[in-house]
Amino acid sequence: MIMNKTLHQGRRNFLRQATLAGGGLFLGFSWFEEAGATEQMLQVLHPDIDVTGFNSYLSIAKDGIVTIASPNPELGQNIRTSFAQIVAEELDANWSKVKVVQAPLDTKRFDRQLTGGSGAIPHSWKRLRTAGATARQMLMQAAATQWGVPVSECKTENGFVLHSSGKKLGYGELAATASKLEVPKDIALKDFKDFKIIGKPIRNVENRNIVTGKPLFGLDFYRDGMVYAVIQRPPAFGAKIKSASVDAAKASPGVLDVVTFNNNVAVVAKSTWEAMKAKKLLKVEYEADKALESSTDHEKIFTDLMDNGQAQTKRKDGDVDAAFKNAAKVLKAEYQCPFIPHNPMEPMNFFADVTEDGIELIGPTQTPQAARKAVSDLLKVPEDKITVDITRLGGGFGRRLKFDYAVEAAQISSLIKKPVKLIWSREDDMTGGSYRPAVRYRFEAALDASGNIIAYKCKGVGLNEGNSLRQDNFPAGAVDNYLMETVNHVTPITVGAWRAPVTNFLAYAEQSFLDEVAEAAGKDPVQMRLDLLKRAKEKPVGAIKYDIARMDTVIRTAAEKAGWGKKKDVFQGFSVYFSHASYVAQICEMVVKNGKPEISKIYAVSDCGVVVNESGAKQQVMGAIVDGYGHAMFGKLVFKAGEPEQKNFDRYRLIRMSEIPDVDASFINNGIDPTGLGEPALPPTGGAVANALYKATGVRVRKQPFVDQPPFKKG
Amino acid sequence: MPVYTLSVNGKGLKVDVAEDTPLLWVLRDHLRLLGTKYGCGVGQCGACTVHMNGSAMRSCLLPISSVGAAKITTIEGLSANGDHPVQKAWEEVDVPQCGYCQSGQIMTAAAFLKQVPKPTMEQIKSAMNGNICRCGAYHRIREAVQVASTKTK
Repeated sequence: MIMNKTLHQGRRNFLRQATLAGGGLFLGFSWFEEAGATEQMLQVLHPDIDVTGFNSYLSIAKDGIVTIASPNPELGQNIRTSFAQIVAEELDANWSKVKVVQAPLDTKRFDRQLTGGSGAIPHSWKRLRTAGATARQMLMQAAATQWGVPVSECKTENGFVLHSSGKKLGYGELAATASKLEVPKDIALKDFKDFKIIGKPIRNVENRNIVTGKPLFGLDFYRDGMVYAVIQRPPAFGAKIKSASVDAAKASPGVLDVVTFNNNVAVVAKSTWEAMKAKKLLKVEYEADKALESSTDHEKIFTDLMDNGQAQTKRKDGDVDAAFKNAAKVLKAEYQCPFIPHNPMEPMNFFADVTEDGIELIGPTQTPQAARKAVSDLLKVPEDKITVDITRLGGGFGRRLKFDYAVEAAQISSLIKKPVKLIWSREDDMTGGSYRPAVRYRFEAALDASGNIIAYKCKGVGLNEGNSLRQDNFPAGAVDNYLMETVNHVTPITVGAWRAPVTNFLAYAEQSFLDEVAEAAGKDPVQMRLDLLKRAKEKPVGAIKYDIARMDTVIRTAAEKAGWGKKKDVFQGFSVYFSHASYVAQICEMVVKNGKPEISKIYAVSDCGVVVNESGAKQQVMGAIVDGYGHAMFGKLVFKAGEPEQKNFDRYRLIRMSEIPDVDASFINNGIDPTGLGEPALPPTGGAVANALYKATGVRVRKQPFVDQPPFKKG
Repeated sequence: MPVYTLSVNGKGLKVDVAEDTPLLWVLRDHLRLLGTKYGCGVGQCGACTVHMNGSAMRSCLLPISSVGAAKITTIEGLSANGDHPVQKAWEEVDVPQCGYCQSGQIMTAAAFLKQVPKPTMEQIKSAMNGNICRCGAYHRIREAVQVASTKTK
């Protein structure tokens, strides 16, 4: 099975139908091959909004197959399954008859068609439920009319409308009639307690395709006549091309063209390997206007700017200086993290076909709309002449929020006038920038004689980080005198959002520092946090972003689950963090074997409101913990004259199976509208690990990667 | 360029490629067997794992000239209907997140279970340690290998 692009033809038909009908509901036209092009389908748009603003839709074929189009890029967050579950729940569909397809970019029909910020579920929750509930109501009405009974005597179950007399009709039988009805408004939604599909551990709808190796990903897109491109980019950040000798590459077998644009030299060939081989024959000389930065320079920049940098005040409560003067005890510590790459397993790639009629873009992107706009701006082609199809993404972690590789593909196609697939090598990806920024934090706390925090300060110095703080997060609101300052330094090393931006490192630093404070204050770290929350509730200082009761609950639940402080020969570290509107508390457990600390388990208690899919939710939490732990332990890029020393997985250490702790993931599942889960379980992990490590060894690890620090390495 | 006759998934297939072309790119670009993935190109991640005469092998480092008459099996040929015990276990345990590394994981697991049908957890961890899953689905991968071992006769 070669993936071919078939959706647009159907989409055009679909839109024509929409225009003809001109309303929210219409007799549709199958745009899904598998449903058969001649079948009548019921199409339901979100009833509150005219054309734009809905986030998915469903169709029901004669045979009862319910097809749900998922507009958001899928990169492993399991959105396709979760979206479909939400629609199917309110529709009372038979889950075994539900199919999910990826919708192409269509800003007229979908909104927020992107993957990022753990935002898809909260954004779409009500929209998807309303779509399902609306269709269900219309199907009931269609059945009631056919039977000549009041709709109030009908109910639905598992893909059927049932009447109290025992009559029964399948959704497929009713779809055509229902499609002619007016779209009802103000549809009631189900009560949380009545959910049958939402919350269940329903398996990923794509499992079968994945385990049988179907071509789902961008790199798997092939089309006859397409050519293959690779790019030689400057090896160092800040370097630019001085001269390029391309003759040997051009003469290499299979090479069709070598083109230079911006600071790139692209080799185009008949196959991937021929392109990769020829790239090695390029002789490109580079030069730089300024000295190229090394990691040793970054250390000096951090130290200098921490004291002398132009700081921006992000939050100020009370009189911090006075409180520090009056303190019985003062604590100060600095934490630091390096640049790290995202390293999704599928390297960057995109297909582009630039012709006089328009542009076709196909590939793995978290931001199809922004990619289209960038290509439109670059090639001066109106956006309505550009289509974007979204393939499955072999991981994202934020890397594919940037669309540089899609723009490169379009540019190459426009230069060589052929359909082209651009492929980044692993080395291209790891050395190509868009990293998590490197940051250093300085925390200071002032305690009174009873060990209460009377003042708290944090200053962050980031390299291309902008604001390295979350100033209204815990413990803001619980401390009278509070100062949050950020300094940004601009460097040529490019950065981007990395799973749980800012908090992926800030949370570790802060939660570890709070552990230091608890020790200095002679308090239990869990109890100290609970006391701070109590303080924030009773006598709040300034505005806060987090919900005190929800944070309190995850803390208490985690402590109870892990048996906080009650285990013998097990060293526990605590951490809690609020991000992306969700709350996650973690307790890391370590044991000491032959004098060495060994991680054994991490308990995670998450409050993301309603758990949409128990299996997927656990996956997100377990994966985020492995990610957070792995990068805290091992992740680093070291720069020498602008060039990262780590270029592939031989020198860049990613966590492997034998290194993971056991994870106990549980949820509060309190019926509150769901919030994100793709990111929130990552930020607390580093802190929980560092705090357990301190208990086990007496060594406080204030710098990532941990593996380069004592107790793992002599300092 | 030389013509090579390969035995892939039980079929004899001819390809005309340079002798240093890695099997990975022959499978993908020339035979359009796209289940075998490119991840690192240096044998470190395992996304490109196939079977060569029944043993797990990194196809990204294997030049076509050294394949000879060896029997190559890719994820597409692991079972006729996607019902190999490892594939079934992967579905049952709901392993995939992004899914990109999973064909390599499955091929590694299938070759391993053939050699060690009833492995301990320590053996599983050691056998699977060469395959990176960036999503961190390791807990379920190891569970699925264990489940598969109960399905294997």
